[in-house]
This record gives sequence, C-alpha cells and structure tokens, in this order.
Amino acid sequence: MTAVLLTAPIIISFLTAIACFLARHDRVAQRWLSLLGSIALLIASFLLAAEVIRHGPIAAAMGGWLPPFGIVLVADLFAVSMVVISAIIAVTTTIYSFGEVTDGEERFGFHTLLHSLLAGGCGAFLTGDIFNLYVWFEVMLIASFGLLILGGRKEQIDGAVKYVVLNLISTIAFLTGIGLIYGATGTLNMAELRDAIPAIENDTVVLTTAVIFLFGFGVKAALFPVFFWLPASYHTPAVVVSSLFTALMTKVGVYALIRFFTLMYDTQMPQMQTMLLIIAAFTMVVGVLGAAAQNSIRRILAFHSVSQIGYILLGLAIFTPLALVGAIFFIIHHIVVKANLFLVGGVMTRLTGSEDLAKIGGLWRRTPWLAVLFLLPALSLAGLPPFFGFWAKLVVIQASFEADAYLYGFIALFVGLLTMYSMSKIWMEGFWKAHPNPSGAAALSLSRNELALLVAPIVLLTVATTALGLFASPFFDIAVQAAAQLTETDAYVRAVLGTLP
Amino acid sequence: MEPALAILIGVIVAASLYLMLSGNMVRFLFGLVLLSNAANLVIFVGGRLTYAAPPLVPEGLYAPVGVVANALPQALVLTAIVIGFGLLAFALVLVHRAYQVLGTVEGDDMRVAEPRADKG
Repeated sequence: MTAVLLTAPIIISFLTAIACFLARHDRVAQRWLSLLGSIALLIASFLLAAEVIRHGPIAAAMGGWLPPFGIVLVADLFAVSMVVISAIIAVTTTIYSFGEVTDGEERFGFHTLLHSLLAGGCGAFLTGDIFNLYVWFEVMLIASFGLLILGGRKEQIDGAVKYVVLNLISTIAFLTGIGLIYGATGTLNMAELRDAIPAIENDTVVLTTAVIFLFGFGVKAALFPVFFWLPASYHTPAVVVSSLFTALMTKVGVYALIRFFTLMYDTQMPQMQTMLLIIAAFTMVVGVLGAAAQNSIRRILAFHSVSQIGYILLGLAIFTPLALVGAIFFIIHHIVVKANLFLVGGVMTRLTGSEDLAKIGGLWRRTPWLAVLFLLPALSLAGLPPFFGFWAKLVVIQASFEADAYLYGFIALFVGLLTMYSMSKIWMEGFWKAHPNPSGAAALSLSRNELALLVAPIVLLTVATTALGLFASPFFDIAVQAAAQLTETDAYVRAVLGTLP
Repeated sequence: MEPALAILIGVIVAASLYLMLSGNMVRFLFGLVLLSNAANLVIFVGGRLTYAAPPLVPEGLYAPVGVVANALPQALVLTAIVIGFGLLAFALVLVHRAYQVLGTVEGDDMRVAEPRADKG
C-alpha cells in the first residue's frame, strides 16, 4: 500500500501527460484530461499526506531491490507537504491555462509538458536516492525548457538561452558532486549517506562536495550570486508558465538544499554556516533592490522570488528547530503567494494591454475586485498580519534573534520594508493612478468565461493565503513536526533501511 | 591510473570553462559538451578502475567470479550520457533558433528579454 501511495503522484502525472499528448489535437478532450489529472494528483497527495501524518516517514523500495542497491521512494512530512502544495499549484495552473494558452500552444503539447514537469517535481520530492534525484531534476528541466519556449516569441528565445545555459551548468555540477560522493562513500542512498558522509576521513572531500552541491542547487534555487538566469527568463513565457516555474522549479532546488544539509551534511561545519548566512543575506538584499529598479510587473515579481528564497536559506542557515519551521512555513507561503501574484499580474496585463507599469493604470476604478485580489497576497508577501506571510516572516526573524544572529534578523526586516515598497509601486502605478490612455484600455476586455477561468485560481490561492494566516496554529504544529523529522533523522533512516545501521 | 585520470579531468574542466566564458553561444555549447564528459569521467573514476575485468557473470553462476569492474558507476555514466545528449540536442536547436530569430550568437548582444536601460 505504501508503494502505491508513494508512486501514485508520479504515475498519475505521467499517465496524464501521455493521455494529453495522444489527445493533443482535440482541444476539449485534452483540457478535461489535464484537469482530471491535476485533481487526481491532488487527491493522491492528500492520501499520501494522511498516511505520513499517521505513521511518520514511509518508504518503499522500487522493483523489490532493497537499499542500498535499489532506489527507494521516501516521504516524510516535509516532502509530502511539498507534494501537496505542488498538487494545489497543478490545479490552479491547469484552470488558469484554460483561459490563457492558445490553441496552437496546446496542440504543441502544453499540457503534456505541464504534467511531465509535475511528475518530475513529485519524483524529486519523494526520492531517497541522490542519483534518482538528478534524474528527476532533468525530467523537470527538459519539461521546463519546452514550456519556456512554447510560443516562440523573441523574448522567449532570448530568455530561454540564458535559462538553459545556466541550468545545464548547475546540472553538471550536481552530477560531479554525486560522482565524488559515490567515490568517497560507495553508496547513493540518502539514508545510508547520513552515516557514511561523516565517516569520510578526508574533510576536504566533505567540504568540497558540500560546496559543489551548494553551487548546483544554488543555481537551481536562484541564490546569490548565481540567480541571474531567473530575472532574465521568468518574465518571457506565458503568465501561467511564469507562475508555475516560480512555484515549483526554484522550490525543488531549495528542497534539495534542505534535504542535503539536514540529512547528510552538517551545517555546523563552521565555514558552511557562515557561507550560508552571508549568501542568504545577499540574496535577500540584492533581490529586493533589483525589484525596486524594475518597472514591469513580472520582472518585479521575478526579482522578489529571488529575495524570498533568501529568507528560506536564512532559516536553513540558522538551523535551530524554530528556524527550520520558519523555512518550511516560508516555502509554503512563497509558493502560494508568488503563484497568485503572477496570475494576478497576468489578468492585469490582459485587462490593460501592457506589462509596463508606466503604460497602465486605473484598475481600481475599473475592476475593484481585482485590486482586492492583488492587495491581499501583496500584503502577505510584505509580511502584514493576518496573512500567512506575517507568520512565516515572524518565525524566521524570531529564530534569527533567538540564535543571536541579530544582523541577519535586521536585514530580514529591512528587506521586508523594501518588499512593501515594490508592492506599493505596483499598486500605485497599476491600480491607483489613472490610465494614461483611457479609451484604449476600455477596449480590452475578456469574455465572462475566460475571466472566470483566469480568476478562479486566483481566488482559490488568495483564500488559501488568508485561511492559512488566520488559522495558522494547526499548520504550525505540522511544520514543527516536519522540522523535527528533519533534525532527528532516525525515523527517516529506519523507514528506509528497515533498521538503524 | 586514477591520479592520471584526475589530472585529465581537471584539464578538461579548465578547457570547458575557458570555452564557456567566451561570449559566443556555439563555443559555449562545445564547452558544455566537454564539461559533461568531465562529469561522466568523475563518476567513472569514482568507481575505481580495474583492468580487463568487465562486470560479467560466467555461465551457470549467479555472481561474478573474482574482482570485476564496478557496474554501478557504468550504469550512472550511461544514464548521464543519455540525459546529457537529450539536453545538448535541445540546447543546440535553441542556439540555432536564437541565431535565426535574434540574428546573433553572441550572448552579450541578446538583449531582447532584458533591454539596456538607455534604450528605455
């Protein structure tokens, strides 16, 4: 039963991808298949989450080959919460895409690529073998390449070149790290590596591989100073693709970082912790300063994505149990809010005809409901109560103050202030001020059906942010449990290997 | 033999980085090919080298006899080669398309997604 639950998200996504490919010339059939696949993924993820909440970490050996020779799929609370959030994003992405993706793009396999990407993401979250993690990363990567260039516009090709080259380098770096770790320990199984890596006598090998993995995952997660592919490419494809990437692609990199540095490496290695703290601080500051310099909705949001990843890394770097809770909270918050904001930005662009803030305006008068739907996630991103962003930021900053990392706490607060500045810039320019060309703007409108498809996922995600914020207590308990499973890894190892070695 | 291969890997990585740092996308792709080969060699050498002992099981037995080469890194390298091949094929077509659409293979001249500030 555990094997079925663990493989279900991956198999459902792949089957949906194949079915959508076979039906790619029939628009209605393809859309229904895609939607049903996303909902099936959501149900499977909830079932898996229920099992993990009841029994603790669960594992299944694929093909009957026992570890360390076989590949294991493992789900602990952290992994399964990532799968659940990915499934929610899958549903919102699918619904929004019905209102945005053109017929030609669907015929070229948009839904196939979408579900392949989801399959790769779920595989990456659930695997317990580092080489298998590399394979799932590549599945996600190649699907993301396809989604990025679907449409073939000039900016897409330009953005795709920047995205492809940097992500391929990070892939190869990750592969090198795997090779070195295998050479030093003889195993690829994460649970075995927990005991095998500290047993390596040569400290240089441990530190080198740790930094190689930090570099590889840092490129994927968009950390300073290797994040520049993100603002170069995330604003070029279709809005729904931007939203999906920001919710999923960087988070898999962050997930891998947290998994590696909680399970296998010890961040208490003195050089590593300082390095992680400095990188986190720079990421936060450079990201938000970059956002302050932009004038286009999606480019601002892309830089913000970078900045918020810095918060998550700060939680990981501080490494107290409360800090890890903050990191987990922040990941959940960031996925929900950022996906939402990109979708809202997409509706703004459709209603006013441009992404450039100087050329749009007057949306508060025209569509006050859209203004509210922007305001709630924007305030959550800036960290105002009662939204979920407030709790996420509070836990991270409190953890940093409790761990005597006062400088980083103050940097985090300052970055929150600048985040508020960027959000208010979008608000003032896009909603509050009058449109420079009122007659041209009024001509652009969306049919009721399209509008419903575009707005429904936004409403869903906004309700999620507000509900998570108002009823944060049960989620805090789950996050505390998940963080405990990350720091006390015996349950994980026991689930994978059957017994403690 | 392993130290010699390690030095060779270092030389290949250095050459690939030199190519990748050039602004030309085609040179970059050559550098990427070299780098992926270096990574594959790292995995291969990590499994330690044995001479003339392929990981084969003699007929009628269930396990190899004596010391044979490590089969797992060979499987990893095969997977990595295949994945790299797919990714590089895509990258090559992308660079070709970029040349058709943007008119250049110099990375510094591709400024459509992020236009220079003075152009507004």
